[in-house]
Amino acid sequence: MKISITVNGRQHDVDLPQTNALLVDVLREQLHLTGTHVGCDTSQCGACTVHLEGRAVKSCAILAVQVDGQAITTIEGIGTPDDLHPMQAAFRDCHALQCGFCTPGMIMSAIDLVQNSDSLDNRAVREGLEGNICRCTGYHNIVKAVLQAQESM
Amino acid sequence: MYQFNYHKPATLDEATALYKEADDPIYLSGGQTLIPTMKQRLAAPTDVIDLAGIDGLSGITVSGGVVQIGAFTRHAQVAESEAVRSAIPALADLAGQIGDGQVRNRGTMGGSVANSDPAADYPAAVVGLGATVHTDQRDIAGDDFFKDLFETALQPAEIITSIDFPVPTRAAYQKFPNPASRYAVVGVLIADFDGTIRVGVTGAGPCAFRACSIEDVLNENLDPDALDGVEVPDAGFNNDLHASAEYRAHLVKIMAKRAVVQLG
Repeated sequence: MKISITVNGRQHDVDLPQTNALLVDVLREQLHLTGTHVGCDTSQCGACTVHLEGRAVKSCAILAVQVDGQAITTIEGIGTPDDLHPMQAAFRDCHALQCGFCTPGMIMSAIDLVQNSDSLDNRAVREGLEGNICRCTGYHNIVKAVLQAQESM
Repeated sequence: MYQFNYHKPATLDEATALYKEADDPIYLSGGQTLIPTMKQRLAAPTDVIDLAGIDGLSGITVSGGVVQIGAFTRHAQVAESEAVRSAIPALADLAGQIGDGQVRNRGTMGGSVANSDPAADYPAAVVGLGATVHTDQRDIAGDDFFKDLFETALQPAEIITSIDFPVPTRAAYQKFPNPASRYAVVGVLIADFDGTIRVGVTGAGPCAFRACSIEDVLNENLDPDALDGVEVPDAGFNNDLHASAEYRAHLVKIMAKRAVVQLG
């Protein structure tokens, strides 16, 4: 089964091995975009978060066939090492990561949150990132980074 | 996840025809319950019929004292809708408390209601606001929709197309979320229609229901303290690792009291 998807602005025709292929597996295994992580694989942890048509979704809870014809942005598509996205820059400035495994998903969720909120405070950031779990930081610096990025986005 | 045949029909007729032809079919809407369930092999349909290709199932309209929400409307669209927020703020609040941000961007109202998870949020609104569920075949009163654990009045192949929510004078939803899953351990929606009170409860029993004993008391005296003497029987309530039946019965009363306070 073939699907056509736009990932980070580039169109890909993908031949799915099976209809039950998950979006996250297609991104990682077939397009080799391994920045999107599989953490829990039970749609709890948010490490697999990508943007689908501009909104944050968990790519482990979406079939690849469902997104035929749609646009996806992954962590690889938001900035470059020389020109980080403001959210990436804020995560670096605030030391908002330790092991870094949750970070791609955390950043993709945080961008959606800032883009679709009027004005965030500490509590709103914590509630808005309920779908992402971090086991290192205790969230304090993540919240700080999102609040900082909000000013520059 | 087991292998399955995938279909993406363009019309309701095509979808129901596919359903009737298949061995063990299932409709796919937002997939936020179905796909994790299939991954765990708790569901193994032979045919997955994706409703995303059918036009006209998504959108929100408000007219004549009714908020109509298309079955394919995502939770985030309901939560962020200015039209819903101004007509029934409690419904927008409720939608904004479902799951987490990513789930709300994907999950749909029709999918949630058709699934009748005992701990889902929308069923409290369908019952509490006296909604009408429109399907491709008929209209079903919210009071008659939820039958049992994951069981509804829907017949095989029947598809929810939209849900009408009458606009109350005021309403409030109070939820005691499971701290990990954000599902409702108990959720209570109280609606005031010109002095007539309706109370919809989710999370407590096998499916959402109206709490008539609480309605009777609040129709006499709309005061949180009036509920002090009310006994909520826990017979048939859910009893699991998240909460005992007795605790859920207690939470029904507490969430109802908080909802009355929130009504103002």
